[in-house]
Amino acid sequence: MQEVVNRAKELLADGTVARVLGWKAGDLPYNPEPAYFETAEALEDFVYNGFCGANLSKYMIEASKLEGKTLVCLKPCDTYSFNQLIKEHRVDRDKAYIIGVGCKGKLDIERIKKQGIKGIESIEGAEITDAADTLKVHTIYGEKTCAYADAMLERCHVCKGKDHMIYDELIGESKETKDGERFDEVARIEAMSPEEKFAFFQSELSKCIRCNACRNACPACSCRKCVFDSNKFDSSQKANVDTFEEKMFHIIRAFHVAGRCTDCGECSRVCPQGIPLHLFNRKFIKDIDELYGEYQAGEDTESKAPLTNYTFEDAEPSIVGKRG
Amino acid sequence: MSLENKEFKPKIVAFCCNWCSYAGADLAGSSRLSYPADVKIIRVPCSCRVNPMFILRAFEKGADGVIMCGCHPGDCHYSTGNYYARRRMTLLFSMLDYIGVENGRTRVEWVSAAEGVKFSETMNSFVEKIYSLGENVRLGDLRCKK
Repeated sequence: MQEVVNRAKELLADGTVARVLGWKAGDLPYNPEPAYFETAEALEDFVYNGFCGANLSKYMIEASKLEGKTLVCLKPCDTYSFNQLIKEHRVDRDKAYIIGVGCKGKLDIERIKKQGIKGIESIEGAEITDAADTLKVHTIYGEKTCAYADAMLERCHVCKGKDHMIYDELIGESKETKDGERFDEVARIEAMSPEEKFAFFQSELSKCIRCNACRNACPACSCRKCVFDSNKFDSSQKANVDTFEEKMFHIIRAFHVAGRCTDCGECSRVCPQGIPLHLFNRKFIKDIDELYGEYQAGEDTESKAPLTNYTFEDAEPSIVGKRG
Repeated sequence: MSLENKEFKPKIVAFCCNWCSYAGADLAGSSRLSYPADVKIIRVPCSCRVNPMFILRAFEKGADGVIMCGCHPGDCHYSTGNYYARRRMTLLFSMLDYIGVENGRTRVEWVSAAEGVKFSETMNSFVEKIYSLGENVRLGDLRCKK
């Protein structure tokens, strides 16, 4: 982390960048938040640890409109999103100085809490320089330990890889965290009966409070004007316009990002209700991979997205029933 | 299977492309071929015009089945519209299947303007399928609001 701060100070000092986009400590020991730093003094607040899950590439849409270059810290998975945003002409590559930061898997406080660890005062072992094996959690009930891997976000267990797709320089080491197959959960649901499938999704989606956090965090959801914004009450970002939108929100959203979703997992991470929203996006990715050839959004900035492309020999929609 | 004397009256929405399937339906009519009155045709300029949301909305409003008809691949009036529609619908139907809407409730059929017989046969078989699946109770209440 100190390396990143030092390098950022250098770049600020020689005028290469006008600001730094990173994370600063939040009000709790486990919720660092995205922040801009414009001076070397401000950079003292910079943090980068296991809880810095936020994907900063979406912030670059706004930062691209500002004067001067912005130094942005991107984790390996964030670089996919950044590439995708370049492809969609939403960010300006020339306005970004990308430092690819290492990643040893990001932590999910909910998973720690689920292990019965409550009253957390501070957490040791989440620093990126640590060996990343166990976390020491200081709670008001005493000290507890928790295996790092057990506290990781779902997305880190099925990590796409620790290679940065785009960067100006790399700082920090990464550690492989993949220990599961990405489409296992999707395949498990596919094998259910229609009744079970519907019951599963109904129970998950009925938890939704329509806070729009998934939409706001999603780097693929970057439309200037969103279909879900209500102009009726002059308060965008909130309020469902009708029951249709209310019910179909997640399916519509998943379809809107189909073929563009990099599977960064932000939707599920930010969901305050813990809905596994990535299951929708991953279903589309799985189908696209199976029917139209392997495609990873954000791997490059040139290739055509699957839904804006076609071949004469594409599968007929009846294949859905034939696959069983 | 006779379609008469059944209590359940399915609501079926058929999106038909103006250039092929709608003319095909017209031909079916002028050739006096019958197809069930449960099918409500909505004319669209091209199968590509069918926004996935149309299909979701049809289901939400109580449709028991949705069928989309367009020109045969390669015959699109706008050259490529149905190729895009084909990918889109494949993914959407797969997603609907994934959330528990039986796959038989959605169908895409390519019907040309000269295929009045195919149109009537398609609609007959689709309606029969919907009769066998019964009323669509899902999607109307995906979020337990009732």
